[in-house]
Amino acid sequence: MTQAQSAQSESPLLAVCNVSVVFGGIVALNGVSFDMYQGQILGLIGPNGAGKTTLFNCLSRLYQPSKGDILMEGRSILKRPPHRIAEIGIGRTFQNVALFANLSVLDNVRVGTHARTNSDIISDSLKLPWVRRSETELNKRVHEILGYLDLGDVAHLTVSGLPFGTQKRVELARALAADPKILLLDEPAGGLNHEEVYALGDLIRRIRDERRMTVLLVEHHMGLVMSIADHVVALNFGKKLAEGTPAQVQADPDVIKAYLGSKDQ
Amino acid sequence: MSAIQEVVTEAPAVEAVPKRAMTLGYGTSLAMLLVLILVPLFVKNFVIFQLTMLLIYALAVLALNILTGGSGQFSLGQSAFYAVGAYTSAILMEHADINYALTLPVAGLVCFIFGFLFGQPALRLSGVYLALATFALATAMPQLLKLGVFEKWTGGVQGLVVTKPDAPFGLPMSQDMWLYYFTLAVSIAIYIFSVNLLKSRSGRAFMAIRDNEIAASAMGIDVALYKTLAFGVSAGITGVAGGLGAIAVQFVAPDGYTITLAISLFLGMVVGGVGWLPGSIVGSAFIIFVPNIAEGISKGLSGAVFGVLLFLVIFLVPHGARQVAVVAQHWLGKLKNG
Repeated sequence: MTQAQSAQSESPLLAVCNVSVVFGGIVALNGVSFDMYQGQILGLIGPNGAGKTTLFNCLSRLYQPSKGDILMEGRSILKRPPHRIAEIGIGRTFQNVALFANLSVLDNVRVGTHARTNSDIISDSLKLPWVRRSETELNKRVHEILGYLDLGDVAHLTVSGLPFGTQKRVELARALAADPKILLLDEPAGGLNHEEVYALGDLIRRIRDERRMTVLLVEHHMGLVMSIADHVVALNFGKKLAEGTPAQVQADPDVIKAYLGSKDQ
Repeated sequence: MSAIQEVVTEAPAVEAVPKRAMTLGYGTSLAMLLVLILVPLFVKNFVIFQLTMLLIYALAVLALNILTGGSGQFSLGQSAFYAVGAYTSAILMEHADINYALTLPVAGLVCFIFGFLFGQPALRLSGVYLALATFALATAMPQLLKLGVFEKWTGGVQGLVVTKPDAPFGLPMSQDMWLYYFTLAVSIAIYIFSVNLLKSRSGRAFMAIRDNEIAASAMGIDVALYKTLAFGVSAGITGVAGGLGAIAVQFVAPDGYTITLAISLFLGMVVGGVGWLPGSIVGSAFIIFVPNIAEGISKGLSGAVFGVLLFLVIFLVPHGARQVAVVAQHWLGKLKNG
């Protein structure tokens, strides 16, 4: 908390400015704005269809906002193609786990370093000395992350047969491998059991503290968001409903109405 | 973090299998190499010629394997790249009088560029649609080669005759044997480069795209670039194979490079095991020798016998030679332990 508060005075790491997304006639996002500061865990909540995933996909450049801008460290990301988002320090995981199913855990995490490394097909085919050096360095890094997330035992297994919870951790490891500044987590608790969700909460906090990351958490699991987020943004029908500390947002009458419904509906 | 550890220990990865190697172990590779070096010393020239073709088709199958097994893109148009490679070598040798060995890198480069460019429009297609687009390329190629405009160089329908090179430095070996060892050296080099490539950052990018394009892109992989590169590399290797083929057969003609060749190569890849590079030589052996065996069984019904044999292979070992290798390894391990 204190960390996040002291950060408020600095300029935001990521600024979502008045973003609107329209699909045909449907307004999926309508002028949403919020800021994220270094070291924050920001929870993005809202009922189904509120626009959380749409916003998420704007951040990873799968959707193009029709209005507004998204600034990373003061620079617009909207001119970047999706594959050039990782290099400016935005890493993500996917809602329903999007791993490379036929690759080993190790190789999945190695692919995560793609944006942080260089090579070309000729040097790679010839296995030139600099390619070897860069691979050695990369492997050290990847093994450190696998150890960090307790994935060492499964490193050489293909991911497709692993339990869902483990796959989710592999995805996290893959995102961490690029050493992002901002980690976008799309419903990381989805499909996990009770204990796993709380272990995940600890883990996210630990990643923020130990690896100095900023986390954007899109999540349905209210308990998780309220327990680990420093700052919460609530969306409904594409609009920002409320913003503030978990306690403030939980007490907000509009948020309660959106989640529980009101008498006149 | 004990809860996290529990997750790992409580739910062991029962179904998860160790990632199978893309290559052979050192021992097996050396044994294979030794066989390939020694066999020609004990057989007749015609068999040596067949072995040369075995290596050449193995290269072409390997190239397709990089494309399909590596980057997940289908191609029924490999015969077109093979043809371009063959014609490039033949034209350079016959019209420009360039040394046969020097024509191969040129053939590879020309085909790389051709494949890379063809990969651009192919980016919009995937799966069966891509297979159809490449099929169109394979169908068009023989007719393009017959075009009157190029006849001065290509020899039109007649094709071109290529002179077979003699062994250099007065080595006491037949032309066939020299060409075999030359082809073997080229094949080994390309095999090693391909293995390196697939195990590198670029190779991982290919396989990431094959498994999940959106995730690959989120990891910073330029999907369009790597897909076209895979096409380029595949076409380049096929081009070198085509060039070697032209030298070995001593003849290029449009009708040598029809869709049948492309389908044979595809078949070779499946029989060898998609994505398993050493399987390429097994696949190549299948497409070269099995039709002969089928003819030996029944002259009139050779096609039907071939079909039955192919059916048996696919039915018994759907993952091709790779599956056989895995089973063999398993049994060897048992023998050693017990």
